[in-house]
Amino acid sequence: MLNDSNIKIDDLLEATYETFYMTTIALVGTFILGILLGLLLYLTMKGGIWENKFLNFIVAAIVNVFRAIPFIILILLLFPFTNFLIGSIRGPNAALPALIIGAAPFYGRLVEIALREVDKGVVEAAQSMGAKTRTIIFKVLLPESMPALISGITVTAIALIGYTAMAGAIGAGGLGSYAYYSGFQRRDFDIVFICSVIIVIIVFIFQFIGDFISNKLDKR
Amino acid sequence: MISIQGLRKVFKTKTNTITAVDRLDLDIQDGEIFGVIGYSGAGKSTFVRLLNRLEEPSEGSIKIDDKEITELNTNELRLARQEIGMIFQHFNLLWSRTIEDNIAFPLEIAGVPKAERDKRVEELIRLVGLAGRENAYPSQLSGGQKQRVGIARALANNPKVLLCDEATSALDPETTNSILDLLVDINQKLGLTIILITHEMHVIRKICNRVAVMENGKIVEQGDVLDVFLHPKETVTKKFVEQVMGNGEEDDLEQLLAEYDQGNIIRLHFVGESANQALISQLAKKYNVDLNILQGKITQTQRGAYGTLIVQLLGNTDEIDKAVQYITNKTSVEVEVIRNVK
Repeated sequence: MLNDSNIKIDDLLEATYETFYMTTIALVGTFILGILLGLLLYLTMKGGIWENKFLNFIVAAIVNVFRAIPFIILILLLFPFTNFLIGSIRGPNAALPALIIGAAPFYGRLVEIALREVDKGVVEAAQSMGAKTRTIIFKVLLPESMPALISGITVTAIALIGYTAMAGAIGAGGLGSYAYYSGFQRRDFDIVFICSVIIVIIVFIFQFIGDFISNKLDKR
Repeated sequence: MISIQGLRKVFKTKTNTITAVDRLDLDIQDGEIFGVIGYSGAGKSTFVRLLNRLEEPSEGSIKIDDKEITELNTNELRLARQEIGMIFQHFNLLWSRTIEDNIAFPLEIAGVPKAERDKRVEELIRLVGLAGRENAYPSQLSGGQKQRVGIARALANNPKVLLCDEATSALDPETTNSILDLLVDINQKLGLTIILITHEMHVIRKICNRVAVMENGKIVEQGDVLDVFLHPKETVTKKFVEQVMGNGEEDDLEQLLAEYDQGNIIRLHFVGESANQALISQLAKKYNVDLNILQGKITQTQRGAYGTLIVQLLGNTDEIDKAVQYITNKTSVEVEVIRNVK
């Protein structure tokens, strides 16, 4: 059975590496951008520290629009932007802008929800001690919501793995690309199968790491 | 000294406006424990939050040591707040930090260097009696211990004023007492002014020097705790006093008189320091009378004991008269003769 398999180990490893690469780099970008968006949404909301109806509306609108566009279309829409930024529209690097822009608004909403869960009394206590807004963000809001931020990024990471597969189908490389071009188009379904298995394993790994860190941090 | 004049806070909603604090005037002396009591919705919590501008006053003036709090800009207010400690009903500790790090937090905010911070934290942990729990997380502590952390945290930057917003309302009676003892202790040791908001008269009775009673955003009555206990004027104040002293004493007086139909019956009013003297045993030793306590309640305030005893005096009429004379002339206990047998 394995002898007449179409799987080339080198190609499979390369594809797995590319998927890992895209997911990890995009995840870092999503984490940073998502926290920025989530903080902006939280701080500018009604009763927030920087209450600002206009800014809140704009940020919320951007987040909603980008979340509404299906990812496969978002990649196509971003082709000119990607080309300008990366200098190419092919390969794992070219997928990064679309991955980050596609995932960050989703994560941003999760960050906002996580921040809303922070006890208002604790923020108030920090204010009563004369804390600056910067201190409140970095020493109260983010640490106090960290378990939720981590489980949020875990959920986002799994969505991102799915996105990389889609991006792969239109030329980004990775397991999606390998499964589609070398597997599906040549009717070598063993390749499609093994790629699915590896993606499932990667998802499990991310979920496990995420749960572990989140539990470790939670002292409640 | 804290001087508050014409302080007012109006909340506007779409449909109506609510005046939570209505033109409040109040002077609080340095080093005193000042209590504000009222039912929920009276505006007392809003009032205490106006003092460090967690709520922005609508109008009026708040002077703490001649510094006009209402006129400070954001940055000046931040610095002023470092000199005003605050503790809360629900403690508001950071669950993500250990006890040590929670207490160090205000020091970090004030920019105190690490070495000095550690030293100060150690002092504070000892002051509030939490030695050994430095590395625990708040979730591992009981309510009373959490409030001790809250107090240590509030004292970290050596404030001149400590605001207590229903600080004992989430605690059981025994823990409440230990927290109140701690507050008295730091008030005496550090000489800081404490402003305490509560709905429990017991708290006022136990530790406050002066009290203000709030209703509908206004102070309806204020004065020395003992005076307010002795001569409550407003209905709401009377209700609060009853919380501690109980009521309905007068109702069964008739019954008492019927049941104990011999000898004289007098009512003794203990007002302040006088109750320190062992009055009853003195009378028994000095005069040839038998004393029978029929009913009564004595409670302790910061200015001494306060309460009433109804006592039956049995014996020779002359001796009884002498005993009553003694109480009237030699002690500050007030005597009211209910029944005099000649």
